[in-house]
Amino acid sequence: MEVRDNTHSGHAVAHDVHDHGHDDHHHDHHQTFITKYIFSTDHKMISKQFLVTAILMAFLAMGMSMIFRLQLAWPDETFPFLESMIGKWGKDGKLDSGFYLALVTIHGTIMVFMVLTGGLSGTFSNLLIPLQVGARDMASGMLNMLSFWFFAASSLVMFGSLFIEAGPASGGWTVYPPLSALPQAIPGSGLGMTLWLVSMVLFIVSALLGGINYVATVINLRTKGMSMTRLPLTVWAFLITAILGILSFPVLVAAALLLVFDRSMGTSFYLSDIFIGNVPLDHTGGSPILYQHLFWFLGHPEVYIVLLPALGLASEVISTMARKPIFGYKAMIGSMLVIAFLSFIVLGHHMFVTGMNPFLGSVFVFTTLLVAIPSAVKVFNYIATLWKANIVLSPAMLFAIGLVSFFITGGLTGIILGDSALDINLHDTYFVVAHFHIVMGSSAIFGMFAGVYHWFPRMYGRMMNKSLGYLHFWITIICVYGVFFPMHFIGLAGVPRRYYANTAYEGFDQLININELISVFAIIAGVAQVIFAFNFFYSIYRGRKAPQNPWNSNTLEWTAPVEHVHGNWPGPIPEVHRWPYDYSKPNAKEDFIPQTVPYSQTPESNRPGDF
Amino acid sequence: MMITILLGTLVVIRLMSVSQMASVLSGEDEDVAQKRDNSMNSIGMVLFMVIGLALMVYMTIKYQPFMLPVAASVHGVETDFLLNINFAVIGIVFFITQIMLFWFVYKYQHDKNRRALFYPDNHKLELIWTVVPTIVLSALIVTGLREWNKMTQGHPDDGMVVQVYGYQFNWMARYSGPDNKLGRSYYKLISDTNPLGIDYSDPASKDDIMTKSNEMHLPKGVPIQFVFNSRDVIHSAYFPHFRTQMNCVPGMDTRFYMEATITTKEMKGITKNEKFDYVLLCNKICGVAHYNMKMTVVVDEPSEFSNWLKGEKKVIDAAPTAELEQNISTASTVSHEVAL
Ligand code: HEM
Ligand SMILES: [Cu+2]
Ligand SMILES: [Cu+2]
Repeated sequence: MEVRDNTHSGHAVAHDVHDHGHDDHHHDHHQTFITKYIFSTDHKMISKQFLVTAILMAFLAMGMSMIFRLQLAWPDETFPFLESMIGKWGKDGKLDSGFYLALVTIHGTIMVFMVLTGGLSGTFSNLLIPLQVGARDMASGMLNMLSFWFFAASSLVMFGSLFIEAGPASGGWTVYPPLSALPQAIPGSGLGMTLWLVSMVLFIVSALLGGINYVATVINLRTKGMSMTRLPLTVWAFLITAILGILSFPVLVAAALLLVFDRSMGTSFYLSDIFIGNVPLDHTGGSPILYQHLFWFLGHPEVYIVLLPALGLASEVISTMARKPIFGYKAMIGSMLVIAFLSFIVLGHHMFVTGMNPFLGSVFVFTTLLVAIPSAVKVFNYIATLWKANIVLSPAMLFAIGLVSFFITGGLTGIILGDSALDINLHDTYFVVAHFHIVMGSSAIFGMFAGVYHWFPRMYGRMMNKSLGYLHFWITIICVYGVFFPMHFIGLAGVPRRYYANTAYEGFDQLININELISVFAIIAGVAQVIFAFNFFYSIYRGRKAPQNPWNSNTLEWTAPVEHVHGNWPGPIPEVHRWPYDYSKPNAKEDFIPQTVPYSQTPESNRPGDF
Repeated sequence: MMITILLGTLVVIRLMSVSQMASVLSGEDEDVAQKRDNSMNSIGMVLFMVIGLALMVYMTIKYQPFMLPVAASVHGVETDFLLNINFAVIGIVFFITQIMLFWFVYKYQHDKNRRALFYPDNHKLELIWTVVPTIVLSALIVTGLREWNKMTQGHPDDGMVVQVYGYQFNWMARYSGPDNKLGRSYYKLISDTNPLGIDYSDPASKDDIMTKSNEMHLPKGVPIQFVFNSRDVIHSAYFPHFRTQMNCVPGMDTRFYMEATITTKEMKGITKNEKFDYVLLCNKICGVAHYNMKMTVVVDEPSEFSNWLKGEKKVIDAAPTAELEQNISTASTVSHEVAL
């Protein structure tokens, strides 16, 4: 049996190299608190660090959304606690209109980047790639550790930017210049924007370090027998996501760098012919639209960077809990590859109304609607997987099904937005807000919840309480639909996004009831997340001890001991003999056959194509 | 807020102990779904689907009166029709897929004595559900693009040229006058009395007319060639009732061509709302008062429109003489800069 040694180079510096030479032992070497919990190079620990950071950031961003939902639903009320919470921005209990935009901006940035990119990929790529491909750890534990610490630094800078005098960045999470380039245009574009840019660059460093590591690990460190076509779909999703990130994040760095130059060195990449604060500026010859092209070159792949890992987690959870092979394994991989490729050539659908050449617009309409095809294939495959299945409704499974439901709802409205002739009326309205919160925000968050509930036993060796899980699921899915579905109507009524109050037009007055409904759901949803947090932290210490393989799953991670060991498996790394989805195979003794079971042991259930 | 959270936590802790107690009593020792969980939750799924879909239909009907009234532009009527077709198509797909999803969860809930069907793939099925969406989408694309081409290209050049100009946080409109040409403008010429930075040395500027109040008028049934521009940051000129918008970008002209079909007066009748007015909203985040950046738009019969236009001032008349000279001399020094 082949034993691969892929322990971490970083660790070797701190410890005796010999410690790691032999993987055949459970090495219980002495780690200090610092090397074990803080500067850990163990992928399992780093995964938990990502998760806990992301949960904290998610609560922060969710708290912000509750504040601005109060403003939108009850614009005439005052909320005295605001003043004690956010000081001058909530003077006399009224939210400041500039701070409203700051909240929206930081909320979006944290959710998209810190929670759904860093949190989702960071947690699950780290946890599952080594465990599911059969590796002792990531290709480089050192880079992996750095990836987390850059992420933590990035989150801290973003959090810190909330406390500065002029307020944090406020130009929307897409930070289009000139607004984001000129402090004269909005106070948040001063120091707040600088911190935003610093935070993003740190974040991108983290994403790249992580991404390179994930790709290297999947390509090089698969255990014997783990061919690419025997990889669980989770790993495929993480691999494609990492490649997407490596290709697109550097472009965001470029965009940010040029913005930094324009902001502080007087260059004119994005600025031209501007008269502001009663003076004309010297910048000339730049194009604000250039920034948008660069931004969306990352921005659109980014939505798949968020979504693919969630879909990967859902594939695994759905197949396991439906006790049925995922339908169309190869088609699932194929559609992810096609989506990944197409995601680089649809960026123009965010820019139909920037004055782009109408012919170019047509090309983007075409490519955008092409993406809908592999997306549809994935949905049909999930539904086909459930057909004639034998479904166990664990909390994770409920969340995975919720994900599919959101992916359908949000994907379908994408077809409308992708049609340029229709988008010129809906662009930047609440219809778009509804679309991407459902398809990206809610799907990905549900994927993340599914992942946490499903793999919690693998992370902490304990189970999460299932009744609280059910309660959490039901409140959350009802509230998420309650929040985002009615937004379609507000958008169709013509309300622009990023409005502090809908007072500009009397026709909007009648929508206040819808806004109240939304805010009530939003607040209940927020409070319901406390159930999750409680369940999570409580179960870490007091949950029931997890059995070896609580969901009767086929994949490798469930063969590793419940108590974490350094190097994942105390003995040799298990060998893989089959694909991960042999659930309910006819004539098999049980309704699952783990990947480690050779065909020679299962003559009763082997089929002609199996060898 | 704090209190809600606190209360919530307390409730949760209670529930927690109750649920653990219950599971201990029932002799169930793992947090893995049991028969009872499966049936309860799958019933929940079906209820959720039925009630959810019913509520969606209910909301769609109930909120109809709040939606934008009938489109008031030529292309808007056509895009609304397209939008409805799109909604019909995605609505059908939405219902079918959601019903299947939740129904299967109910129908195929776990049973110890049953095995799932081992059904890893079926190439024919997969081919069908790749090809059918492709065909449907192609049909939607073709109709959408035909409309898009029609509204962005191939219209006569004789539309009335109107400039819409955004700045923090208001709008201005300039009409091109009898020559139907806007005079050149340059941002360094901007002053209190020349907010658009018009170059008065350009003959085309002589007959340009600027709105004096926060209101612009448009003639019904006359094609209009909008030219959009901004002075500071990106704004977006959004006319919800005409179903269109276009970004206003500093240093760059953007254009849109349209024709209004319903006067404000007629629309008051259609909406049965005496206070009805068309509006131009800013739809690109542009600063703290973004939400307040709007202009009233009035659609008149052509004759009313010309009367109104006669009452508005020529831009050149608004400029004090001293400034006029200053402007012309700056304009000549910067003119080669402009040419660049
Ligand atoms: C089914 C295929 C999809 C289509 C055809 C589609 C189409 C579009 C279009 C055309 C827009 C621009 C709308 C506008 O700004 O006017 C848009 C916005 C957006 N979409 Fe999608 N989309 C699809 C799937 C997704 C997915 C899967 C995600 C996320 C994982 C996503 C996330 C977003 C986001 C974040 C925005 C908003 C960007 C902004 O701030 O302007 N979309 N989508
Ligand atoms: Cu996109
Ligand atoms: Cu504006």
